[in-house]
Amino acid sequence: MSLRKPAKDQPESFEFNASSLEAANNIVAKYPKGKQQSAVMALLYIAQRQNNNWIPLAAMKYIAKFLDMPYIKVYEVATFYTMYNLSPVGKYFVQVCTTTPCMIRGANKLVEACKEKISENECELSSDNSCSWMEVECLGACVTAPMMQINDEYYEDLDKEKTSEILDKILNGETPKPGSYRGRINNEPENNRKTLTDLKNA
Amino acid sequence: MLKDQDRIFQNLYNDKGSDVAASQSRGDWVNTKEITEKGRDWIINEIKESQLRGRGGAGFPTGLKWSFAPKEVGSRPHYLVINGDESEPGTCKDRDILRFEPHKLIEGCLIASYAVQAHVCYIYIRGEYFVDGQKLQAAIDEAYEKKLLGKNAAGTGWDLDIYIHYGAGAYICGEETALLESLEGKKGQPRLKPPFPALIGLYGCPTIINNVETIAVVPTILRRGAKWFASLGREKNTGTKIFCISGNVNNPCNVEEEMSIPLKELIEVHAGGVIGGWDNLQAVIPGGSSMPLIPKDRCETLKMDFDACVEEKSGLGTAGIVVINKDQDIIKCMARIARFYKHESCGQCTPCREGSGWMWRMLERMAKGDATKDEVDMLGDVTTQIAGHTICAFGEGSSWPVQGLLRHFKKEIQERNNLDPIVQKKNNIPYLVDQHLLDKKNA
Repeated sequence: MSLRKPAKDQPESFEFNASSLEAANNIVAKYPKGKQQSAVMALLYIAQRQNNNWIPLAAMKYIAKFLDMPYIKVYEVATFYTMYNLSPVGKYFVQVCTTTPCMIRGANKLVEACKEKISENECELSSDNSCSWMEVECLGACVTAPMMQINDEYYEDLDKEKTSEILDKILNGETPKPGSYRGRINNEPENNRKTLTDLKNA
Repeated sequence: MLKDQDRIFQNLYNDKGSDVAASQSRGDWVNTKEITEKGRDWIINEIKESQLRGRGGAGFPTGLKWSFAPKEVGSRPHYLVINGDESEPGTCKDRDILRFEPHKLIEGCLIASYAVQAHVCYIYIRGEYFVDGQKLQAAIDEAYEKKLLGKNAAGTGWDLDIYIHYGAGAYICGEETALLESLEGKKGQPRLKPPFPALIGLYGCPTIINNVETIAVVPTILRRGAKWFASLGREKNTGTKIFCISGNVNNPCNVEEEMSIPLKELIEVHAGGVIGGWDNLQAVIPGGSSMPLIPKDRCETLKMDFDACVEEKSGLGTAGIVVINKDQDIIKCMARIARFYKHESCGQCTPCREGSGWMWRMLERMAKGDATKDEVDMLGDVTTQIAGHTICAFGEGSSWPVQGLLRHFKKEIQERNNLDPIVQKKNNIPYLVDQHLLDKKNA
């Protein structure tokens, strides 16, 4: 299990803005009547997006009221799942996969780059508070290892140099192009494709 | 090698685009109505005859699973849930289906929903695949527009709504009952079985849960016939499968191949060989991190299917092949997998919650050579106390890789960890002596 604690400094109140409210109502409509609790995971995401990438306790209380469920149930969900950030992570949240398939292809080099560019320790904001990084478990892109995720996008086929370039860009406020950084197309075997070749040449 | 026309996922590398028009040119949505007109029993029977086994890891026969759904819809509605919580280290096949072949999945959902009489289908996607989920959502929206979903979907007379539900980074939600808990808006902690979800599942209603790949191959099977599918591979291990080959190979890739293909052919032909040559191979994890590794000498002849892997005391699992060459420290690799399981244990059952941490800490010490001789056997003992003593299969999943390491690499561990407990080394010393004094010779 992973130990997760809410941040010490918490805002007093939280409320969905108009666009979040609309999105939240659309999501509640996906589930049968009386089963609105199912929407709690999606609503926590909405709160996280609205509140600069993290979820304050006030948002959990707000969502509990919104879905007519006990606060502790929302708290349980928010602390159980690792993708809910319970403390500020900055505008750019870098997650480096270091599980075995990435590890044996050199994920530790990516971690080194993060330490040099962002902050010495994981889950620590960079000097301008814009960015933080974290080691995470398998992100499900093992074929294009090593890789990392910045906010929603995957950056694949990396090495230390390319990681540093990407991190420089986000520290300058730019959004680098996601996908493979060795120029390969999706998950095909690089320069060694032996299947579906007619389609490729067609 | 499998012929190109026998590959189900023609757009695996996204050569042709994934919208409805492009999918139709590949044969999707062409005669959905004719298929459903043949009736539920025909569909379920055809899937049974094709011997399709679940692609999510356990390999349960799909047709049999569908036949468990109640024949008549009672007071409780039926649900179809698609498991796209792909989190097993070494596996990344469902992601390619979600983003490049979404219509195979959507059409499969329609046919499966018809077969098990569900009007609502939830697709559970891991939260990290948000971008890929958006692509699937776009495909669903397009399907609604073209009247392939919704009321009288694709002219079949069956009403179906598909919704996407995002997970939030919990590996355990790939376990079917944990997934249902998560769908209901709770912590993802598995339920006891029985009752099985086919009778009491989502919101207490009959629910059929299938992996993304399983559902996505269904329309093609029904179109080309169970006989065609069963002619590929071998008895009880039929059809094609997407293999994900990662780790120390020259060209890591996803490739769809026939079941029972030799592992060596997969690695040498499709993945461009092991880095440093075949002789540099140390071990292979054949089916995602929870399956025990297989050392090099067994890899020469191993055929990649469910039963052949079981004979090697491993398993095909999700067919996520992780190749580890001799440049890697095998104990360290397994220690990292143990750390993964320690992190992902849901904390419900004590043997798994505590034991996964024990295994990780012991393996970390063994990788450094800090463990004592006795601990090697103790580690084996810990694994047997976890496996089989938990609510879900996570207990097995976390202890099997360690058992595999002990089975094939015990010598390496023992060579590195030959510390004797201090009491045994100096027999004349009373047991209760201050241990730190022993470090200084003249103390």
